[in-house]
Amino acid sequence: MNQPVISASHLDLTFQTNDGPVHALRDVSLDIGKGEFVSFIGPSGCGKTTFLRCIAGLEEPTGGTLAVNGLTPDAARRSRAYGYVFQAAGLYPWRTIGGNIRLPLEIMGFSKEEQAERVKRTLELVDLAGFEKKFPWQLSGGMQQRASIARALAFDADILLMDEPFGALDEIVRDRLNEELLKLWDRTGKTIGFVTHSIPEAVYLSTKIVVMSPRPGRITDVIESTLPRERPLDIRDSAEFIAIAHRVRDGLRAGHIDA
Amino acid sequence: MKALGPILAVVAAIIALWYVAAVPMNIQEVLTQAERAGAVVEPEGAMNRRDVNRFALVLRNADHLGESWSMERARLPAPHQVVKELWASTWDEEVSGRRGIVKSGSLSNRSLIYHGSITLGATIVGFLIGSGLGILLAVGIVHSKTMDMSVMPWAIVSQTIPIVALAPMIIVVLYSIGVEGLLPKAVISAYLSFFPVVVGMVKGLRSPDAMQTDLLRTYNASKPQAFWMLRLPASVPYLFASLKIGIAASLVGAIVGELPVQRGGLGARMLGGSYYGQTEQLWAALLFAAAMAAILVWLIGWIEGKTLRRMGVTQ
Repeated sequence: MNQPVISASHLDLTFQTNDGPVHALRDVSLDIGKGEFVSFIGPSGCGKTTFLRCIAGLEEPTGGTLAVNGLTPDAARRSRAYGYVFQAAGLYPWRTIGGNIRLPLEIMGFSKEEQAERVKRTLELVDLAGFEKKFPWQLSGGMQQRASIARALAFDADILLMDEPFGALDEIVRDRLNEELLKLWDRTGKTIGFVTHSIPEAVYLSTKIVVMSPRPGRITDVIESTLPRERPLDIRDSAEFIAIAHRVRDGLRAGHIDA
Repeated sequence: MKALGPILAVVAAIIALWYVAAVPMNIQEVLTQAERAGAVVEPEGAMNRRDVNRFALVLRNADHLGESWSMERARLPAPHQVVKELWASTWDEEVSGRRGIVKSGSLSNRSLIYHGSITLGATIVGFLIGSGLGILLAVGIVHSKTMDMSVMPWAIVSQTIPIVALAPMIIVVLYSIGVEGLLPKAVISAYLSFFPVVVGMVKGLRSPDAMQTDLLRTYNASKPQAFWMLRLPASVPYLFASLKIGIAASLVGAIVGELPVQRGGLGARMLGGSYYGQTEQLWAALLFAAAMAAILVWLIGWIEGKTLRRMGVTQ
């Protein structure tokens, strides 16, 4: 593997609360290489979102080291190293779809022509061409989430961090978006960190699956996927897929027993 | 319009209640007049009736209630009397009156339109000052913890002082430094209207949730960018809700500011009506002020609808 894009070693994060310290992360070490698709899976409270937020520089680890593109997470954030997709689309209701995608571009000071060009390109990338002038309330939940992915892609960061982006969507829409996300990843070659609590989703999407368990939040297993890069939806019925899913489930269960 | 039925029903109920209430309210004077006209009422003599319960008087003299809804200077004039006065002091006064705008070229100082326009001027100026100040204070409060802790308590305290007690002082103090006319009234209006705007605007500017602010952090957006692109647009619906309360409060402020001065305006007109027992004039001014408030609030609502549609927030 080439030089890791994201490198965490012995990462600790303890929140001080009124009920005493909460160990959100303990001794988390992980390297993510360029172009990898890494899923973080585990029950609520296992620290998967917290870890993603640490990478994004939205939380400050209390111990260990974490490097993103060789920088501290905060420096990486300030150099706009990543796009972040949240659980909810969170589009601004007073901006059109195009206007929402333009938001990061305006903030980062792209020229008007560049903005228009990029909005057009990313809308095509997420299959929303023609919806530029629509307002968010005119779109379905799945389309809104696609627009929010376009917003994260618009400024061409090499890393895409996604925090349960399809958690609120129904199964059918979710399948479609998973398929599209894989295509998008294949086309753009981005490094993706993806938080989920769905085993099939994690196995279907990832090149590497990180299984986590709670109290304290830690990594219990890291699974390198043996699935090919080209993945039609029906790969989920293959024996290989089921074997990996089994290993993920075992990892989740093991984490649960010693908790 | 489906809502028309219920609306009319409520109006009809209020008017009916008003007519019914006018009977016991006016009973003393009605019986005195009836007695003067030669009728036999019970008990005899106004002095003897003074301490008798009004409802008992109504029941014992059911034959002599005919004048209840047509008394001059009635304690509670009937709705049609008030409407007649309202018509006389607006349309009639201006169109056919000697001092009306048709014959003299300027608004009559006896008409509610004239007095209403004086009040309206102070209301609008006060509202603009008050809401402008409210927005500025809210922006400061949201961005500075110190300002939040030092300004907000005083803003709350300011609203606990009865405005009728404070208004004369504001007028006297401003008069002593040479400020009179519209401005002192506008200051009182502003004093009443800035508060709802501060409260609503602070809530609006703080309305974006953690996810929204985190999103801007991932873009490394500056504070001014976060303000102009997220906080300010997010606060617009809250702002309009406050402006509606603010403009109604402004009108009340202007009227209260006119009470001690007696140089025109609906407040002066109301107090005059009260001094001279011109209850019809008092009620007509009240209704006129209420109608003005309704129109002003509706106007803000109309601008709100336009703005939100233009922003794309609503359909």
